[in-house]
Amino acid sequence: MPRCPMTHPDPAMAPKASQPVVIEARNVRKSFGHTEVLKGIDLKVHRGEVVVIIGPSGGGKSTFLRTLNHLDAPSAGEIWINGAPFGFALRNGRAEAVSDAALSMQRRQIGMVFQQFNLFGHMTALDNIRCGPVQVLRRRADLALADARRLLALVGLADRESAYPAQLSGGQQQRVAIARALAMEPAAMLFDEPTSALDPEMVGEVLNVMLDLAAKGMTMVIVTHEIQFARKAADRILFMEDGMIVEEGHPARMVDSPKHERTRRFLRLVGEAA
Amino acid sequence: MWDGSTFLHYLHSGYLLTGAAISLALSIGAMAIGIVLGTIAALMRMSQRRWLRQPAGFYVWLFRGTPVLVQLIIIYTGLPQIGISLGVVASALVGLGVNEGAYLAEIIRAGVASVPKGQFEAARAIGMTWAKTMRVIILPQAARIILPPLGNSFNGLMKTSSLASVISLEELLRRTELLVQVKFKVLELFCVAAVYYLVLTTLWGFVQQWLEARASRSLSATPGDARARPARIALDNAALSHDAS
Ligand SMILES: Nc1ncnc2c1ncn2[C@@H]1O[C@H](COP(=O)(O)OP(=O)(O)OP(=O)(O)O)[C@@H](O)[C@H]1O
Ligand SMILES: [Mg+2]
Repeated sequence: MPRCPMTHPDPAMAPKASQPVVIEARNVRKSFGHTEVLKGIDLKVHRGEVVVIIGPSGGGKSTFLRTLNHLDAPSAGEIWINGAPFGFALRNGRAEAVSDAALSMQRRQIGMVFQQFNLFGHMTALDNIRCGPVQVLRRRADLALADARRLLALVGLADRESAYPAQLSGGQQQRVAIARALAMEPAAMLFDEPTSALDPEMVGEVLNVMLDLAAKGMTMVIVTHEIQFARKAADRILFMEDGMIVEEGHPARMVDSPKHERTRRFLRLVGEAA
Repeated sequence: MWDGSTFLHYLHSGYLLTGAAISLALSIGAMAIGIVLGTIAALMRMSQRRWLRQPAGFYVWLFRGTPVLVQLIIIYTGLPQIGISLGVVASALVGLGVNEGAYLAEIIRAGVASVPKGQFEAARAIGMTWAKTMRVIILPQAARIILPPLGNSFNGLMKTSSLASVISLEELLRRTELLVQVKFKVLELFCVAAVYYLVLTTLWGFVQQWLEARASRSLSATPGDARARPARIALDNAALSHDAS
């Protein structure tokens, strides 16, 4: 028997589980050519919940995250956001793809932060952040400006508003990228290995911003190899391998006493085994 | 015998200067048509949909595979046979513009392909439509790559515009020929024309340098160098303000 501290009982009974579901994946599958990368994934993320996905390279973590905001359309299965179909519409009980304009409208609800930051290279930090509100939400210019400045301050970069991405360190770029996603006031945020491309000394500044967000109640799905961060920030950890969720549970239990041999082996490999 | 005074005289003749101005206007007009057609064709060729890709591919293949002189003659003297009469100026503009578009399509496509895919995904992730992503994020960044070959292409176009003389458009070369027919100063007059073309392409060279320097400033700035703060190029306040598209 693995030792189970269980400070929190089963995640299904954690308080956040009584909150409404923000993101729901139903039997999501994704194939590239003949290879099936996602083999039927179900997930419900409740409001305010922080879900961390860990797992070995090539297991489909990025692909799954990208299906959640339809950067990759699922080959089968459905995504629901706040109880509404996402990227498809139901007509006579049948799912039909929606137009690019409609899908873009729906995407505003989900923020995404990338491993490579992907800040717009021709825009200053400030313009990166207000670009979405102005161009997509058609927010008034003065309101967007004030909001962008507030977000820059939130991520600790108030003094770099006119810097271009090439003038910022990796950690600073990633913090601007987080502010850019926040500026859309999303219902949830997706993070795909947000610190993997960073020099070690910059990992902390980004993780701190994320901890801050979690404390403020932001709904987040995070793919990361930072196990200690996951243990601290997550309400739930999923272990994903070969396109399937092998095991999920409370962070302390997952990290300290994983049930599955594969989870144990993975944690040992990343140096976090109990 | 080289007649120096004739050469100098026609170097500032209003008749030939007007011809040079017409050549320049024709080049600018054809370039504008070419940029519009080239951008549309480039975006179509990058589409996932075959029914968009194929017509654009056919267009590029057809107009890059045939001489622009033949295209001009077909448009001006051939098309009236099937009831399409464009007139001299329109024929020249369409002929040169459509041909230019086929070349620019390749240049623009390469420029767009040089923008990292992550830029596209980040724009989509904040809810931009495909068209807005192209206009606000991708094309402004592709412009840096596109500008040098585009500038060279315009240099070429100013010289190619002389082909419009064969459909009797009175641009610089045509006016020179007309003048030669009455003055018989072949060498002197064609040298004047050559000087005019040289002046046009040289001036354009300066404009091109200025444009390229402007466009490359934002991305070549070195990290941490606060003084190298560049002028915003693509996202000025106009681009940020609400637009109707
Ligand atoms: N666009 C694509 N075309 C073809 N195959 C793809 C594509 N995207 C991902 N794959 C494949 O899908 C599998 C899962 O990839 P994915 O990037 O989702 O894994 P991951 O868990 O995020 O890995 P990592 O930890 O290395 O980021 C891999 O085998 C990958 O080669
Ligand atoms: Mg990945």
